[in-house]
Amino acid sequence: MRAPPAYTEYHPRWFRRRISTYWWLGQWSYLLFILRELTSVFVAYWVLITLLQISALKAGPQAHAQFQEFLRAPLLVTLNAISLLFVVFHAVTWFNLLPQVLVLRVGGKRLPGAVIAAAHYFGWGVVSAAVAWLLVGA
Amino acid sequence: MTDTITLEVARYQPETDAEPVFQSYQTPFRKDWVVLDALNYIKDKLDGSLSFRWSCRMGICGSCGMMVNGEPKLTCAVFLSDYAPGPVRVEPLRYFPVIRDLVIEWTDFLEKLKSVNPWIVRDQEKPLSEGEHLQTPAQLDAYKQFSMCINCMLCYAACPVYGLDSLFTGPAAIALAQRYNLDSRDQGAAQRMDVLSQHEGIWGCTFVGECTKVCPKHVDPAGAIQQYKMAAAIDRFQSLLMPWRER
Amino acid sequence: MGNRSNEPLLWGLFGAGGVVAAFLVPVHLLLTGLAFPLGWLEPRSYDSLLHLVRHPLARLYLFVLCSAPLFHWAHRFRFTLYDGLQIKHLNEVIFVFCYGAAVAGTVLAGYLLWSFP
Repeated sequence: MRAPPAYTEYHPRWFRRRISTYWWLGQWSYLLFILRELTSVFVAYWVLITLLQISALKAGPQAHAQFQEFLRAPLLVTLNAISLLFVVFHAVTWFNLLPQVLVLRVGGKRLPGAVIAAAHYFGWGVVSAAVAWLLVGA
Repeated sequence: MTDTITLEVARYQPETDAEPVFQSYQTPFRKDWVVLDALNYIKDKLDGSLSFRWSCRMGICGSCGMMVNGEPKLTCAVFLSDYAPGPVRVEPLRYFPVIRDLVIEWTDFLEKLKSVNPWIVRDQEKPLSEGEHLQTPAQLDAYKQFSMCINCMLCYAACPVYGLDSLFTGPAAIALAQRYNLDSRDQGAAQRMDVLSQHEGIWGCTFVGECTKVCPKHVDPAGAIQQYKMAAAIDRFQSLLMPWRER
Repeated sequence: MGNRSNEPLLWGLFGAGGVVAAFLVPVHLLLTGLAFPLGWLEPRSYDSLLHLVRHPLARLYLFVLCSAPLFHWAHRFRFTLYDGLQIKHLNEVIFVFCYGAAVAGTVLAGYLLWSFP
C-alpha cells in the first residue's frame, strides 16, 4: 500500500494494532481464561438461589415445599447442572493456581506446589463431606 | 523439498506502507538451524532490507523476541525443525508499536521498569569500610528465581491486560520489583509499594498466567505479581487497622 | 503517601470470596441443586432444616456463604467487563453495579438471617 512518507528523520510512524473485541477467541488459553472468569457469574447465581431458599424457609413449610418444587423444574435442573460444571471448574483452577500465590518454606526449602494443591483438595473433600453429613436427612 | 522451508515474515516500512504485509521467503532447512538463523539467511542472501533485533544468539540477551506462529518466542531458541514442514510465520512482538518490520518500540516497558526502582534501595548506604552485604543461601533463594529475568518481553507479548490497559505495569517490571523487595539487602519495599499499589500498577492483572507460560527463564512473573498483591493487601489492611503504624 | 487506594482491599475480598466459593459452593450446589430435586438423596424435613438453620453458628455460616462469593463475583466480573468487552471507560458505572449488587446481596442475607422465627 503506497502512502505518502509520513515520518521524520528520527521518528518513523509506528504501527499500532488495535486489539479486537474478540481477542479472547484468538487463543485456546485465552478462551479458557475467560471461561474461568465467567465461573463467578454462576457462583453469584448460586448465592441468589440460596438467598431465595432461605427466604422460602423463613416463610413457612408451604413456601419451602413450593421452592423445592421450583428447583425440580427441568429448566432449573439444567441450569444447576451447568452451574455445577462451572463452579467445579472454579474450584479446580483456584486450587491449582494457589501454589503460585502461596510461597511456604519449611526448614529453608520451598514446599512443592503439588503438596500445597493436594492439601487444598484434601480439605475440599473433608469440608464437602461435613456439609453433606449436615444436609442429607433421614 | 525437504531441505528448504518457507518463512512468512511481517514487513512494515513506514516510508511506503500503511500497515504490515507478509512476505514469503524460501530458506534452507537445516536440522540445527533456529528461526534466527533463517532470518539472518534472509538478510544476508535474499533481502537485505529486513530489519530485526538480535545479539547473543544463545538466549541470554533478550533481544530476539518475536511472534513465531502466533506465540512469543526467542527466535534464537526455537528450531526450524519444530515448525517443519512450515510455513513459519514470523511477526513482531505483540502489544507493542512496530517501528519497522520486526522491530518494536519498547520505551513503555523501560519507563515502567524504571518506575519500580529496580535496584537496591538503602535508608543509609553501608560505608565501604564495613565490607560487603552478607547473604545466606536461604536469603538468596528467596528472590533468585525473579532475578533471572532477561527483559526479553515475551511476557508482555503474552499478556492481554498489557495490550488492553496502558496503565498496567506489566509482568517483568512487577517481577523485578518483587525481586528487590525480597532481597535481604534492600530496604525499599515501602517505596515500591507506594508506586505499584497506589495506581493501576498491578491491579489490572487478572492472573491469566500466560506470562509465566512463555517465559524462557522460568521466572514465573504471574506468581510474583500474585505474591505482591497479597503483600499489598495485607499492608493495606494493616494500615486500616493500625493507621499509626510506621512502615 | 497521599490518597491510599482501596484496590488492595477489594482484591482481598475477591480472594476471601474465592476461597469460600471454591470450598463450599460445589457441594451445596450438588446437593440442593441436583441431588435433592432429582431424588438421588433425601433432604432434611422442613422442621429439621429450620431447627438447624436457627442455630446462630448456622446463620453466621450462611451469611458468609452468601456474602463472600458475591464480593468475589463483583471483583472478577468487573475486570471481565473491562478486559472482555473493553468498556473500561464505563468504569464508574461498572464499579457501582458490581459492588452495589454485592452490598445489596449482603444486606439482604443479613436481614433474612438476623430475624428467624
